[in-house]
Amino acid sequence: MPKKIKRNYLINLIGLILLFLVFYAVFESGIFGSRTNYFMGIATTACYTIIMVTSLNLLVGILGEFSLGHAGFMSVGAYASAIFTNALVDSGMPRLLLFILALLIGGIAAAITGVLVGIPTLKLRGDYLAIVTVAFAEIIRVAFTNFEITGGGRTMSGITKLSNFYWVYWVMVVCVAFMYMFIRSRFGRTVKAIREDYIAAAASGVNVTFYKVLVFTISAFFAGVAGAVYAHYITAMIPTTFNFNYSAEFLTEVIIGGTGSMTGSVIGAAFLSILPEMMRSFATYRYLGYAIVLVLIMIFRPKGVFGGWEFSLTGVFSGLRKRGSKSGKGDE
Amino acid sequence: MGAEKKNVPVLRASHLGITFGGLKAVDDFNMEIGQSELVGLIGPNGAGKTTVFNLLTGVYQPTEGAYYLNGEKMNGRKTYQVVEAGIARTFQNIRLFKKLTVLENVKVAMNKDMKYSLPAAIFRLGAYWKEEKETDERAMELLKIVHLEDKADYVAENLPYGQQRRLEIARALATGMKLLLLDEPAAGMNPVETAELLEIINNIRSGFGISVLLIEHDMSLVMKICERIQVIDYGETIACGSPEEIANNPRVIEAYLGKDDD
Repeated sequence: MPKKIKRNYLINLIGLILLFLVFYAVFESGIFGSRTNYFMGIATTACYTIIMVTSLNLLVGILGEFSLGHAGFMSVGAYASAIFTNALVDSGMPRLLLFILALLIGGIAAAITGVLVGIPTLKLRGDYLAIVTVAFAEIIRVAFTNFEITGGGRTMSGITKLSNFYWVYWVMVVCVAFMYMFIRSRFGRTVKAIREDYIAAAASGVNVTFYKVLVFTISAFFAGVAGAVYAHYITAMIPTTFNFNYSAEFLTEVIIGGTGSMTGSVIGAAFLSILPEMMRSFATYRYLGYAIVLVLIMIFRPKGVFGGWEFSLTGVFSGLRKRGSKSGKGDE
Repeated sequence: MGAEKKNVPVLRASHLGITFGGLKAVDDFNMEIGQSELVGLIGPNGAGKTTVFNLLTGVYQPTEGAYYLNGEKMNGRKTYQVVEAGIARTFQNIRLFKKLTVLENVKVAMNKDMKYSLPAAIFRLGAYWKEEKETDERAMELLKIVHLEDKADYVAENLPYGQQRRLEIARALATGMKLLLLDEPAAGMNPVETAELLEIINNIRSGFGISVLLIEHDMSLVMKICERIQVIDYGETIACGSPEEIANNPRVIEAYLGKDDD
């Protein structure tokens, strides 16, 4: 590993730890008093929404295909992991281990559905694929309302509460980091090439179908992990939550943040999961607000707020240093 | 190359044909291309030249006949499998990965030779760094051949037209092919760019020992560099031979200029 990159990773890790400590200090100091739990809840929601939106961004921004059924993958992950923990909660397993296993089970279950949906539909592109993803999410939702194991249309309650903010924060960090590494590798590069021109990609020796299924699977995996976090945070859930509106919400957040920008997805998701809580009294107008914001963004910033730009902590430092060296302090 | 392989042509197409709903787009197409030979494929507009390319790269499957690369039958393979076997192409209307950098464009074509696994990529294991570095170096070498080494970090769509054409050739080279199909590489180029292209094509042939099949409308270019020329019209081969023979062939003149009514 090149030294410079090693240093960059270290700086980013330190930044993330500092951010975590800030949250930790704020929540533990009890500044918010009795509302601490409420704010921690919002922060947890923001974390799993970030995972959802970044994973959807893999499809929308990197592969260039719309998916309007991402909540479907999320529900598969949520229910699979909930059933798993319900079965094992009394086994005396350490809670952290149980939580990590639940996340993996959720992710893997969703990834399998991703493959199953992916193989037959990925010959489709654009609008046609988008419609199939809608149909898929609907099928999942209707199936889960009828399966006995998923509560048969009733609320599935009593799921062990394993998702606390301090764990979920790191789950989010790891998921986003993995997706970022995926994009910045030969796999991500190939998927981007397919987005740009699939005919040219095939003519460059790329097995287009394989990479499409691969990115669908990975995207579904992380949606499943987010679903598992959700299930163990909300503890009582009903299949109808994962409806078309929910999927559309994630898509909106991807587009607002900027298709192809992980930074955009993270900030967009965090902002948009906090916003409705801050405007509780306007809750009725939330979708109206979404629609207006979306239309405005499509008109004025069609690539989203962040476009394809990525935030870099080391970039900020080198920017500061440059400014420093301009005033004659540079020591390099 | 082994002695017994010497007589096997790099490309052999025998009685290759394709029919689209009753229309014979290409009929009874025969061709042999030897090691590092440069063959031109010409014909009037709509003669079926690009269809031949599509047949040879697995975009279309031939309805008749077969084609062989180094004696290996290629029928039924998908495009990426044909590329893996060793046939690469460029496109008449440039098809680059527009939003990727010049270097990335070349590296995509090298992906098929990269081996590091998904976990190696996600956890940034040693294999990732090693292979990415090697691929970078190889890609830069190829960019040098097409004189784009100082443009490696440019976004492909920002390159001028002539450089985009050259990048497409570098990307095709990156697949490590034995046969290169060039579809009108000089289209839209000015004489200086065309001369540069000529030099590049010659360097590729002498440097890599690969064979080239060229579609081109620029007759002066075709006559200058091709060792053999095959002319097709309405999907049928009407002439085959050296540039001089083709230039004086009455059927070719007729196909291009029309029949003399007198």
